[in-house]
Amino acid sequence: MENWSLFSLCVLLGLTSRWAVSFHSYSGAGKPPMFGDYEAQRHWQEVTYNLPVHEWYFNTTNNDLNYWGLDYPPLTAYHSLVCAYVAKLLNPEWVELHASRGYESHSHKLFMRATVLFTDILIYIPAVLLYCFYFCDGSSKQKVATALCILLYPGLILIDYGHFQYNSVSLGLALWGILGLGLGWDLFGSLAFTLALNYKQMELYHSLPFFCYLLGKCIKQGLTGRGFFQLAKISLTVLVTFALCWMPFLSDPKQPLQVLHRLFPFGRGLFEDKVANTWCSLNVLIKIKTLLSRETQLFLSFALTLLFILPSSLKLLSKPNLWQFKLALVNSSLAFFLFSFQVHEKSILLAALLMFFLFVFFHSMLPLLVKDGLLLPYVVTSLAFLFLSLYLLSHLTRTNEPLFWYFPFHFWFSLVAMAVLSFTSVWLEPPAKFPDLFPVLVSILSFLHFLGFIIYFNLVQLMEPQRKKSQKKTN
Amino acid sequence: TVMAAPVTNDQSWFFALALGVSFLKCLLINAYHSTDFEVHRNWLALTHSLPAAQWYYEATSEWTLDYPPLFAWFEYGLSHIARFFDKEMLVVQNLNYASPATILFQRLSVIVADVVFFYAVKECCKCLREDKGKDLLGKPSFILTVLLLWNFGLLIVDHIHFQYNGFLFGVLLLSIARHFQNRHFEGALLFSILLNLKHIYLYIAPAYGIYLLRCFCFTQSNADGSLQWRSFSVVRLVTLGTIVLSTFSVSFGPFIALGQLPQVLSRLFPFKRGLCHAYWAPNIWALYNIADKAFSILGVKFKLLDINKLPKASMTGGLVQEFQHSVLPSVSPLATLICTVLSILPALFRIWHRPNGARGFLRCLVICALGSFMFGWHVHEKAILMAILPLSLLAVESREDARIFLILSITGHYSLFPLLFTTQVAHQNISHVAIYNLHIGNVILHLFFRKGGALLNPLEATYLLGLIPLELICEFVYPLTVWQKTFPFLPLMLTSVYCALGVTYAFIRLYISLLTCSDSTKKIKTQ
Repeated sequence: MENWSLFSLCVLLGLTSRWAVSFHSYSGAGKPPMFGDYEAQRHWQEVTYNLPVHEWYFNTTNNDLNYWGLDYPPLTAYHSLVCAYVAKLLNPEWVELHASRGYESHSHKLFMRATVLFTDILIYIPAVLLYCFYFCDGSSKQKVATALCILLYPGLILIDYGHFQYNSVSLGLALWGILGLGLGWDLFGSLAFTLALNYKQMELYHSLPFFCYLLGKCIKQGLTGRGFFQLAKISLTVLVTFALCWMPFLSDPKQPLQVLHRLFPFGRGLFEDKVANTWCSLNVLIKIKTLLSRETQLFLSFALTLLFILPSSLKLLSKPNLWQFKLALVNSSLAFFLFSFQVHEKSILLAALLMFFLFVFFHSMLPLLVKDGLLLPYVVTSLAFLFLSLYLLSHLTRTNEPLFWYFPFHFWFSLVAMAVLSFTSVWLEPPAKFPDLFPVLVSILSFLHFLGFIIYFNLVQLMEPQRKKSQKKTN
Repeated sequence: TVMAAPVTNDQSWFFALALGVSFLKCLLINAYHSTDFEVHRNWLALTHSLPAAQWYYEATSEWTLDYPPLFAWFEYGLSHIARFFDKEMLVVQNLNYASPATILFQRLSVIVADVVFFYAVKECCKCLREDKGKDLLGKPSFILTVLLLWNFGLLIVDHIHFQYNGFLFGVLLLSIARHFQNRHFEGALLFSILLNLKHIYLYIAPAYGIYLLRCFCFTQSNADGSLQWRSFSVVRLVTLGTIVLSTFSVSFGPFIALGQLPQVLSRLFPFKRGLCHAYWAPNIWALYNIADKAFSILGVKFKLLDINKLPKASMTGGLVQEFQHSVLPSVSPLATLICTVLSILPALFRIWHRPNGARGFLRCLVICALGSFMFGWHVHEKAILMAILPLSLLAVESREDARIFLILSITGHYSLFPLLFTTQVAHQNISHVAIYNLHIGNVILHLFFRKGGALLNPLEATYLLGLIPLELICEFVYPLTVWQKTFPFLPLMLTSVYCALGVTYAFIRLYISLLTCSDSTKKIKTQ
């Protein structure tokens, strides 16, 4: 009983910080003509409510795909539709076709924030609680501390409640998938993950580990006996879920193609903005974007992603246990983030999902957050998160050494570097020759960290050193 | 680094809690702020730009200086730092000036001033009877720290609505802590300073006066606790008197010398305002008003009264309500004063007769605060904090007090909600849910601290749970009904009345506990 009281306190603290952040500005606030992600979400509500299904992904007179056209899978569209119905009840002006473009008001902001909160409470938070309760080792106090840290992770809070997105839905569903697999409910796990995939195609980053784990497990059970049966059931679940989600689009062969075309915009180039992945960083040295042709870029990114993801997946396939699965998830999402095509900063959230030490990832989003006017929440939440996690970590691992010696020196060095970079990004003016100096530096620094992480975690997964409890709590 | 190892394991949680709540306060910098923000900006401006002789005469803005001189000096000190943020805020004519730098400075000043509050809480924790060997969540000092540092009423009033209560309550709690530690001179000094910072604390001055006279000036008591007249110490009385008088003379002296005392007093005690503040503090008068309204409606219905003869009682009044009662007799300021004095007299007599040391004093202090809240003239809901915060100290040590505290703090804090977002009505919904939920965090924390069964009896629990349907009705159901247009203030009225019941109940229970507690110097019964 006491545990649940403590857990509920964590939830309440998480909710408070989300509420406090939601006061602040959102992406594209007051910036016509295009505004930002907030306007995109509102626009999707408008489109899904007013137009018939077969027009959602097509460029028609009523649906201008250049103005925030739908580029997420159908489940997002259905979610927007539900929100639109509620919006219509409260104030029809919010979803007027065409007339509501760029609509901004206080009550509308409240409504949009409320929708995020609702899905968060419904999907993400229960998943986190269950995860910490069942899958964290350690005393109950440690579980509660972990739950608190995860719930207070600034990255998700600031992107969902500041910048404005619905990552909690897809991440939450993916987490339910992981939970399912961990508890041995493979069908439920695959169902949840398929739903996550149908919500945001970014979840593909996690799909290979899921696939390898389940396949490996079935193979272990014997492909001629029970294993085959299991495999069949899982495949059937996945296929049926896909079919149900895509049903309205299956009537006409053009439909699914167009949807896929929107989901995977290979026409947009190797990268946009300054992202902490290989291509962006490499671009500083060699102008890759202009040097190679579109097809070569595609091929190169595909090949490298595959290369980096292969060892981890093969290892998982051969040894399908939970710990391998978790590591594979980390490695896979890192690989995709670092090497694939058209990556956005927010994609890193996926890798972050399973790691305890998420600070670097959050820092890499600094340029985006500054653009959105979210500097204050960034500073406060990151300081709070850092302090809290360090504090809890030092107390719960019962070391007698002072905290300073507990972490290797490069950890502190990284922290200082990030602090300095944050400070300079905001307070100093970049030199005229390099106007994007600071975002690029942030990206490069983060990239180097991520590269280090992916090498480290691959090594850990592949070599399986005999350690009872790793220093960095990789849950 | 700042986040390096804590010095001792024992105290680091205090630092963590303090830092955590400061972070939360920082996040609220850009939240809604009320007119009180402009009030303080105006005071910064006028103390900075004008000589002291004109402070209490200045009336360019409608928010004239109505705090005692020491607070004016405090604002003067702040204004010198404000210069570095934005010089424009110090111009008196810049009414309603609220640049981002201004907001940042003012919010930060509240956050930094709260350091006094942190220190005071730390001192209070030292006064508790610790239970050694229990884990962190069973430690009274930990619970007290959470209840005080993370007090949601204080958070709402100080960091959203905007005031400096954290700093002021810090001084009050420090003074109380000094009395617990038998450092009475310091306690008295601190309280005098407090009175000169905000004169609303006059309400609890009787408790101080009686206690110090009885327990400090009379150095000994007889074996049965009664007064020993011969142990009167003139020295102590004179010292106390000197301390108080010198504090007042430092503060008011310059203004008396300038012959401005009547003007200062008229600013400090404006009696022109109405019986009830705009949002109907949940006190006796709210119940009185409702009863009056109910009688008048019933009277008209049963043809006992002529509707034309009734004075137009304005239910829809604005900030200043001259409430003319229709059926029951109208209430004047004098009447409220008499009621207030009558309500606290028994408590004062009690600690005169059978003082219970510092704890009895604290109980009497809370009763004075609560009594003046219940019966005072033009009471603001914020005043409930004056009762809730000191009560936290008692609440962590006895079951009965914990129960009273729960009821009082939940209803008291709930009645503070209308202070938020008065213009941005739409925002109330989500924030109510969030804040109210977080308040329940306090409840949970408190509940499992007491392992011996439930803290509240079923009736009390039902009453408190009833706040949820009340909330839903007022926020969601009512705006959709027809009565929204004709009686727009009905939800506020309902809220006040409902909470007034809780506050009254807490008041009565507190009185009972004071009058019946055994006056031994042994451990207070912790059942």
